[in-house]
Amino acid sequence: MSQFAINLLFVGASFALYFGIAFWARAGSTKEFYVAGGGVHPITNGMATAADWMSAASFISMAGLIAAGGYANSTFLMGWTGGYVLLAMLLAPYLRKFGKFTVPDFIGDRFYSNGARLAAVVCLIIICVTYVIGQMAGAGVAFSRFLEVSNSTGIWIAAGVVFCYAVFGGMKGITYTQVAQYVVLIIAYTIPAVFISLQLTGNPIPMFGMFSEHTESGVPLLQKLNEVVAGLGFTDYTADVTNKLNMVLFTMSLMIGTAGLPHVIIRFFTVPKVADARWSAGWTLIFIALLYLTAPAVASMARLNLLTTVYPQGVEAPALAYEERPEWVKNWEKTGLITWEDKNTDGRIQLYNDAAPAFTPTAETRGWKGNELTVNNDILVLANPEIANLPSWVVGLIAAGAIAAALSTAAGLLLAISSAVSHDLIKTLINPKISEKNEMRAARLSMAAAILLATWLGLNPPGFAAQVVALAFGIAAATLFPALMMGIFSKRVNDKGAIAGMLVGLVFTVVYIFLYLGWFFIPGTATLANTPENWMFGISPLSIGTVGAVINFAVAYAVSLATVAPPKEIQELVESVRTPKGAGGALSH
Amino acid sequence: MTSDQANAAAYWKANVRLITWSLIVWALVSFGFAILLRPMLAGISVGGTDLGFWFAQQGSIIAFIGLIFFYAWKMNRLDKQFGVEE
Repeated sequence: MSQFAINLLFVGASFALYFGIAFWARAGSTKEFYVAGGGVHPITNGMATAADWMSAASFISMAGLIAAGGYANSTFLMGWTGGYVLLAMLLAPYLRKFGKFTVPDFIGDRFYSNGARLAAVVCLIIICVTYVIGQMAGAGVAFSRFLEVSNSTGIWIAAGVVFCYAVFGGMKGITYTQVAQYVVLIIAYTIPAVFISLQLTGNPIPMFGMFSEHTESGVPLLQKLNEVVAGLGFTDYTADVTNKLNMVLFTMSLMIGTAGLPHVIIRFFTVPKVADARWSAGWTLIFIALLYLTAPAVASMARLNLLTTVYPQGVEAPALAYEERPEWVKNWEKTGLITWEDKNTDGRIQLYNDAAPAFTPTAETRGWKGNELTVNNDILVLANPEIANLPSWVVGLIAAGAIAAALSTAAGLLLAISSAVSHDLIKTLINPKISEKNEMRAARLSMAAAILLATWLGLNPPGFAAQVVALAFGIAAATLFPALMMGIFSKRVNDKGAIAGMLVGLVFTVVYIFLYLGWFFIPGTATLANTPENWMFGISPLSIGTVGAVINFAVAYAVSLATVAPPKEIQELVESVRTPKGAGGALSH
Repeated sequence: MTSDQANAAAYWKANVRLITWSLIVWALVSFGFAILLRPMLAGISVGGTDLGFWFAQQGSIIAFIGLIFFYAWKMNRLDKQFGVEE
C-alpha cells in the first residue's frame, strides 16, 4: 500500500469516527448545545478539555519552537500549563457554581451591566477569531503534506468536517469527539517519540530519555547536543537568558492568557458539580502533560537527529552531500518547508549559524558562504517518523493526529463564538423573548457563519500566525481574566470599574502589539522596529499581556473606589458563587 | 452577622489562605527555580544539565499537577468541614 493510501485510510477512519460520535451525541436542547447537558464526568471533561486546549500550535509547532530556542523557549511549556493552576483555583469552580452558559453571561450579571456584557462579547470574539485562524492554517499544512491537496483545499475540507459535527452536535457532540481526538493525537505524538528515544538513548520513556545518556557517544544527550550546536556557532541548547524580566512576563502572559481563554473556561460548565470542576482541572493538566512532558524530549532529540543527519561524520567533518540526502528531506522539499541553496557550490549541505560573528572565521576557513539549509520549525513533529525511519503507518497516524489537534481546538473556539453571539448578543441583549427553538437555530447559524469567517481568514491570514496568537493571549490576559477574577474575589468592584478596566487593558495591549507588529498586522505599518532595543523596559509585544492585566486591575479598583459600591443583590451573588452549596445543573434561563 | 454568614466568611478566608500558599509554590517552581533562581541552582546537575533547566522543561509541569490535585483534595475536605458541600 502506498504512503498516500495509508494516510488516507488513517485520516478517513478518524473522520468516520468523529461523524459517528457526533451523530450519536447530537444536541436536542440549548442546554445540550451550550454545556452538553451539564453531566460530563470530570475525567471525560479533562480529556476533552486537553484536546480543546492543545491546538495545532501545541501539536505541530511547539516542539519545533523549543528545538530552535532551547531553554529560552521553555516559556511555552510553563506558560501553557501553569495557567491551569490559576484556572483551578481562581476561576473554574466559582464560574461552575454560577451555573450559566457563557463567559459574558457571568461578566454581564456580576457587573449588572449590558455594557460590560457587550465588552466581554467583543473581547471574546477577537480572542477566538484570531485563535481559530491558526487552527485552520495548521489543518491546511497537515492536509497539504499528507493528502497531497493544495493548502486551500485542505482548509475547505477541515471547515467542512468541523461544520458537520459542531453545528449539529453543539457542545455535546464536540465533547465526545474531542475525547476521541485526544486519544488519536496523544497516540500519534507519543509513538514516534518513544522510538526516537529508544534509538538515541535506549530509554523507552522520552521524558526520561532526554536526561539520560546518548548511546552512540556515551555522554548525556543534552551535553552532546550542546557540543554539536556550539560546533556550528549556535547558542548552547541549555544556555541561560539575559533578559529575565521579559522571560518572566512572557510566561506570565501565557499563563493568565490561558486561564482567560473563553473556549477553555466554558468546558468547565459541563461537569455536574463544583468539586468536579476542581478535579477536572487536574485531570486536564495530566492529559496535557502527557504531551507537554514529551514535547521537550522530542525537541532536543529531533534537533540532534537533524544535525547528525546533516553532519554524519561530526561537525568538524564535511557536511552531507546534497545528492545523498535522505528521502524525508526530498518529501518536505516539495512542500517548500525545507529549502537548500548551494551558496559555496560544493554540492554539500552546510547548516550553521551564519549570524554569529564569533563563528565567521571558522566558517571562512572551511569555505562556507552562509547557511544553506532552511528548515521550517513546524515540520519537526510531522517529519519525526520519517527522520527516525519508522514504518509508514506511523506517518499516517501523525497525519490523523495533527488534523485532530487542529479540528478539536477549532470546534471549541467556534462553539465559544456561537454561544456568545446567540446567547449573549441575540437572546440577552437584542431579543430576550426568543424561543428555545429559535435560539438553537440562531446558535447553529452563528456557528456556520463563524466557520465561514474562520475559513476565509485561514485562506487570507493577516500577518504571521504566531503574531496573531500572541494577540489572542495578550487580550485574554488583559481583559477577561482580570474581569472574571475581580468579579469573584472582590465585592467592591462595580460596573464602571470593570468596564473601564477591560477597555483600558484592551486598548493598551492591542496598541503595544500593533506598534511593533504592524497596525492590524498589515506588513510594513509597524511604528517601531520589533527589536529588543526598541521595546519599552525590554518587554516584547508577546509579553505585554501581563502589564495589560496589571493596568486592568489598577484602573478597575481605582474607578470602583471612586464610585458607588455594587448593590446588595450583587454582593449576595458574589457570596453565592464562593460556596459550592446549592449549585444545580446549568440554569436554562 | 448571622452564623451562616460568619461560617461562609470563615470558609472563604480558609480558601483564600490555601490559594495564597498554593500560588507561592506555583510561582516558586516556575518563575523562581526555572527562571530567576536558575543561576543559584546551577551547581545541582541533572542528566547533562542543571536543575533549573529541568524545572523549566519538566519539573514545573509536574509540580502544577500536584498543586491542583492537592488543592482539589483540600477544598473538598474544607467543603465538608464547613458544611457547604453540594
